[in-house]
Amino acid sequence: MILNYSQPLEFTNLITWLDTALRSSMSEFWVLLIEFVLVAVGLLAAYSVIAMILIYAERKITAFFQARFGPNRVGKYGIWQSVADVIKILLKEIIHINRSDRFLFFAAPFFMIIASMLTFGAIPFGKFLHAVDFNIGVLYVTAVSSLGIIGVLLAGWSSNNKYSMIGAMRSGAQFVSYELSAGFALMTIVVLAGTMQFSEMIEGQRYCWNLFNGHISSMIAFVIYLISGHAETNRGPFDLPEAESELTAGYHTEYSGKQFGFFYLAEYLNMFIIASIATTVFLGGWMPIQIHGLETFNQIMWYIPSYVWFFAKTGVLIFLSLWVRWSFPRLRIDQLLNLEWKYLLPINLVNIVVMVIIVLTGLTLTDLFPGLF
Amino acid sequence: MAEQIIFYILAAIIAIFSILAVTSKQIIRSATYLLFVLIGTAGLYLLLGYHYLFAVQIAVYAGGVMVLFIFAILLTNRPGENAKTERKDRRIVAGITSLAGLAFCGHIIYWNISKVYTFVVPAEMKVQDIGHTLMGTGKYEYLLPFEFISILLLASIVGAIMIARKR
Repeated sequence: MILNYSQPLEFTNLITWLDTALRSSMSEFWVLLIEFVLVAVGLLAAYSVIAMILIYAERKITAFFQARFGPNRVGKYGIWQSVADVIKILLKEIIHINRSDRFLFFAAPFFMIIASMLTFGAIPFGKFLHAVDFNIGVLYVTAVSSLGIIGVLLAGWSSNNKYSMIGAMRSGAQFVSYELSAGFALMTIVVLAGTMQFSEMIEGQRYCWNLFNGHISSMIAFVIYLISGHAETNRGPFDLPEAESELTAGYHTEYSGKQFGFFYLAEYLNMFIIASIATTVFLGGWMPIQIHGLETFNQIMWYIPSYVWFFAKTGVLIFLSLWVRWSFPRLRIDQLLNLEWKYLLPINLVNIVVMVIIVLTGLTLTDLFPGLF
Repeated sequence: MAEQIIFYILAAIIAIFSILAVTSKQIIRSATYLLFVLIGTAGLYLLLGYHYLFAVQIAVYAGGVMVLFIFAILLTNRPGENAKTERKDRRIVAGITSLAGLAFCGHIIYWNISKVYTFVVPAEMKVQDIGHTLMGTGKYEYLLPFEFISILLLASIVGAIMIARKR
């Protein structure tokens, strides 16, 4: 396939130009240092901008689900609402709690935000827009995302408040349980793809997404991943840790200002991260839709920049998550744990075995119809 | 050069937080400091290029063991409220003993390692190779120890359920 047509909207040219320009004028060490700093700044900027967009989108979509207008005062259609909120949250006073463990109280939000940042770095946003590409990509993501729960537990503990404490314990139990399911669902696809590296995974899904390639097994894994990912972010029907009617606001009751902002930001970004991992692993990531044999069609699809594909697929999944959030009533804690330990986990374990059988006996779509997919 | 700077930063983090972990009076703080030590160790693995070990260290220690520790501490009643400092003479004796132990072990390790060590070029290990090595039965392959550990874990899970079960 000929790929040397112009793709002016991709970042590839900009990145290569920057790299060659830097390399021509200074030594390797400084080039790497400058590039690392640039990548970090870019990621941080993307992190906060995406969070602001998500908050606005969530409030608007929620409003439409509930037949309201949502934010519509600040700017046209309330478009500057989340910017105003961010400014407000940055200027708010940080309230100190009596008889709380000061060090842990201030350290807790950082655990949340660092865990979510570390995961964020591993997401492939587009062609060459990929900061960390370990050959253990999937394992890395599941590993570092588990750091966040320590922040939640410490926040609940150090607030010296019963509501926070109960919220933190609930959140801990929920996260630890559902993390298992999410990990196993990803492992099912690792069996299918034969690699843990995100870039290789995307390359392998050029003509057939993993969602369709492993048919039954993949679909089950996809649904389980979406459910457990949704539960991990403490949202939707699974938002017991911050059930406002019982627990005021759960583990972040005592936080104000920037620190509350950290929790808030991390929650929204975790939703985005879950959606984007699902996109990458199941829906082909930034790879445009490609069909065997239709070269013209494929080329036209490549004219749409890869990051547009990525954000479109992720956006669909985020919309799905919001839809679920505002459609189902909240679960009780025993129902929540039953769902995980008595249904999702056994289904998941069987599903992995089924996937192994599918792969070994050559029943994947790419094996069955080699010319088509 | 950059690697050395990062190594010294990580080493300082590990050393400082190990000391803090054993000197802190509040047990939950000790647990947090221990977490920092474990994350620092994970950082060393990352520096060496052992990405798999890094991820496993984070997942097992930070995600599993530490969450378990913190849960256990949270379930106890006012942990570390009445913790007292040891008597001064006992503290001095303990300090001397631990320094002697440190010197003894350090001497042995330094003496032996300096004779046999070789520099290994950090190379990225393929996760497929690790999988085959863990699951293989040939020479330098580890299926038997792997299964032993899983049986040990199963036994401890059964034991834990036996203890926790309602009669």
